[in-house]
Amino acid sequence: MLSKKNLQLNERGELHHLLAIEGLPRKILERILDTAESFVGVNEREVKVVPLLRGKSIFNVFFENSTRTRTTFEIAAKRLSADVVSLDVARSSTSKGESILDTIANLSAMHADMFVVRHAASGAPYLIAQNVAPHVHVINAGDGRHEHPTQGLLDVFTIRRYKKDFSNLTVAIVGDILHSRVARSQIHALTTLGVPELRVIGPQTLLPTEIERLGVRVFTSLEAGLKGVDVVTMLRLQNERMTGALLPSASEYFSRYGLTPQKLALAKPDAIVLHPGPMNRGVEIDSAVADGKQSVILPQVTYGIAVRMAVMAILAGATR
Amino acid sequence: MNSQTTLDSDAEQYFETLKMQMAASIAFDAKLVGVFSGGAWLADRLKQELDGEHEVGYIDVSFYRDDLSTAGLKPVVRSTQIPFSVDGAHVVIVDDVLFTGRSIRAAINTLFDYGRPASIQLAVLVDRGGRELPIAADYIGEALIVPADTMLALEKREDGKLTLISEPWPKR
Repeated sequence: MLSKKNLQLNERGELHHLLAIEGLPRKILERILDTAESFVGVNEREVKVVPLLRGKSIFNVFFENSTRTRTTFEIAAKRLSADVVSLDVARSSTSKGESILDTIANLSAMHADMFVVRHAASGAPYLIAQNVAPHVHVINAGDGRHEHPTQGLLDVFTIRRYKKDFSNLTVAIVGDILHSRVARSQIHALTTLGVPELRVIGPQTLLPTEIERLGVRVFTSLEAGLKGVDVVTMLRLQNERMTGALLPSASEYFSRYGLTPQKLALAKPDAIVLHPGPMNRGVEIDSAVADGKQSVILPQVTYGIAVRMAVMAILAGATR
Repeated sequence: MNSQTTLDSDAEQYFETLKMQMAASIAFDAKLVGVFSGGAWLADRLKQELDGEHEVGYIDVSFYRDDLSTAGLKPVVRSTQIPFSVDGAHVVIVDDVLFTGRSIRAAINTLFDYGRPASIQLAVLVDRGGRELPIAADYIGEALIVPADTMLALEKREDGKLTLISEPWPKR
């Protein structure tokens, strides 16, 4: 873990790559959130662009498909005046047999300043960060089951916007914790920021063993786990999990773990509901909740741009 | 912190001079836009003490600076707040210390992303010379000679009074 931590920070302790939330000091997370706050203002203006990253080249390298995350990174880069190129390498170079590092070396030869990387293999962004030139920055946009740090940051940013302060909160994360990099990043972010009670709720088959070691309380009953919570994060149930014998059926999952207005009523009256998207209505979340007034799912998307702008701006300002 | 010194000269006195100059010639409805942090305090004080209808805004120039790759993003970025329409407005940018002129260049660029002002003027508490851009202030509290290796900054004391302090430039 120590080497991972050092890889993200330069010798002055500044964030140089964003690969994982785990191991990042609280003051770095708070700096990102505070900077994002200022970018929210930029995104609400008529002119939504600042010249901060003018002349920088940012490459979105997605070895695994994604539309939403790639788009929000693209928008964030454009609003910082960077030149951004998105490559769907899953369908091009890799399928022709090129290795990850060869792909990155080729893009580096095109004078890339920053890579935003998504890969199905946990740890792939670390491999890239270890092999790029010292001035190049790497952002992990999701690696396997490991982490999705900008998603974790936008989740906590949204929570802070609505709840102001982390020190009295009870937060529940519901669903497929086992396969979720979003859950892992959010758990590390919330723990680092001092949330006193963190709960994970899901069927036994979708909970990692020894998850308690991350400092969370485990519930297999949604009703029990939701009692008195301030924040509920619903995770997407990936359809492919149904075939793997981990779950009986989508409708049975919904009846036990789907968030309905009746179940949400067990949480605090002012509880907010998050979802990283894309949502499966009627599988993990009822439409009445998704579109209800406690839902902050669309604000999450809006804030995601500000948070990604903050991360890019902070990284671009760090040197090695 | 021991290398920090308070200047004998009186920031409050400079403020009075600055205010008198501005009172004599700014538009009745001129908008006052302070550059964080020192300029923001000055803009608030000027609004209280000047006659007229002066709306106040604040600018953080961090996103418009030209030294990101050498100096990095400032550790604390405040939110720019321009609560009025910039289009057609007479704007006075207010800052504590005018030095290279680069912050003011960034502040002007920031303003233009909010609209097209009728005019922009510049009011500073202290002009310390050392310009690297063709920028001049319209209203100046005092011109001071300060060694190049010394940073001059405005601080607000607990009683609300303004004090100028000088210290070595912070190392990155």
